[in-house]
Amino acid sequence: MDVVRNALPYLMDGLKVTLYIFIIALILGFIIGLIVALLRLAPIKPLNWIAKSYINAIRGTPFIVQLFFIYFGLNTIPWISMDKTTAGIVTVAINAGAYFAEIIRAGIQSIDSGQAEAARSLGLTSTQTMRYIVLPQAFRRMLPTFTNQSIISLKDTSLLSIIGIADLTQRGQIQQAATYESFKIWLIVGIIYFIIIYALTLLANFLERRFELR
Amino acid sequence: MSIIQVRHLKKSFGNLEVLKDISTVIQETEVVCVIGPSGSGKSTFLRCLNRLEDITDGEVIVNGHIISSSTVNINKVREEVGMVFQQFNLFPHKTVLENITLAPMKVRLTTKDAAKKRAYELLDKVGLREKADSYPAQLSGGQKQRVAIARALAMDPKIMLFDEPTSALDPEMVGDVLDVMKQLAKEGMTMVVVTHEMGFAREVGDRVMFMDGGYVVEENVPEELFSHPQHVRTQSFLSKVL
Ligand SMILES: Nc1ncnc2c1ncn2[C@@H]1O[C@H](COP(=O)(O)OP(=O)(O)OP(=O)(O)O)[C@@H](O)[C@H]1O
Ligand SMILES: [Mg+2]
Repeated sequence: MDVVRNALPYLMDGLKVTLYIFIIALILGFIIGLIVALLRLAPIKPLNWIAKSYINAIRGTPFIVQLFFIYFGLNTIPWISMDKTTAGIVTVAINAGAYFAEIIRAGIQSIDSGQAEAARSLGLTSTQTMRYIVLPQAFRRMLPTFTNQSIISLKDTSLLSIIGIADLTQRGQIQQAATYESFKIWLIVGIIYFIIIYALTLLANFLERRFELR
Repeated sequence: MSIIQVRHLKKSFGNLEVLKDISTVIQETEVVCVIGPSGSGKSTFLRCLNRLEDITDGEVIVNGHIISSSTVNINKVREEVGMVFQQFNLFPHKTVLENITLAPMKVRLTTKDAAKKRAYELLDKVGLREKADSYPAQLSGGQKQRVAIARALAMDPKIMLFDEPTSALDPEMVGDVLDVMKQLAKEGMTMVVVTHEMGFAREVGDRVMFMDGGYVVEENVPEELFSHPQHVRTQSFLSKVL
């Protein structure tokens, strides 16, 4: 028990790093996803093509390769210099963004075209129609898949330990190396991840129920 | 005074020519009912009048705007042309009141209070004041359609387009919706109504247009068209529906 008690404050600092990266990357990833989804659906072919290439590139390569490309590869370009944390956030955001884009696109397309027609027939512009009618309904419908992807992205942050970010996983490794208590350390690290992810699921369920009838 | 002029309107979806050559003029306060077999192009014709469908060829002038021209600000035109759909298309994530106030507030920039006041007036008119705070999912089909009419009226349109407004309703709810439409007609609204309700067309319509195969085959005052159809196709259609 001492091992755990000693390690816990240190691991909690790692959790803060994990959550910090996760939350910023999630917000950025969502914005990227929204923009890419709209590009993907825009009635302009080159834009569709750009959006599709990005999505395919991300879906067709492993996360670790994306991370190495961004942290080691892009950093060789003279005018780019990212620290570890920035590279980590950027990688998670760009990765999640591609999946969010597909989720948002599917969400938008699942809304009956009569909704947009009704809005347009009232004189709303296409932007207003997206903003007030289509997206709010699409987001509600997307919530479960959105939660899934967020959980995957949270788990992906543990891979950032490879480039030396002092997140929960990295600190687990350090504690393990210092104490040789592999079983206890990795059990407690696992439990911490589990609690966070479980809390995320509860939050999503709550939001879903709130929006149910509508 | 004519408020809608349609000259040689043609509409194709890819290779499929759906409207072949339609010309008609609709006067202010006139109620025109459009009838015809399934697939004859009735909905497409109606949707060309507010350009929910792009116009392939010909000229359509609505309320003084040449909407077949690509330079027209179609949003401005649509503010004055209400549309009611067979499937209601209420916004399910908004209350009845919000459904009605949205367009006035976002498009006309009406204040919230003024928009609400008008919404309640319109809800009174369609007999649904007590449903203001309900969501569409909590309404019956007939109630939904009356809210949809109120929503369109909130923009104070000059013209109302109806695409089979009662076809998705249980029979006992059709009457309530038709009553609201009759009232509108009486108040002098210009209306174009695609309908299978021959009783309504006969009673309320100033004119009935019979469409078949992408053409207006015949149009006349209801009494004449229903009693003395001139064309074989009109005769055979009416013999099936009357
Ligand atoms: N978006 C579209 N793309 C391709 N074809 C279409 C489209 N909309 C309509 N059509 C075709 O155009 C023809 C006319 O359709 P329209 O909906 O105008 O007929 P309608 O007279 O309203 O029929 P109904 O009484 O069944 O509503 C049909 O053959 C239909 O399949
Ligand atoms: Mg139709």
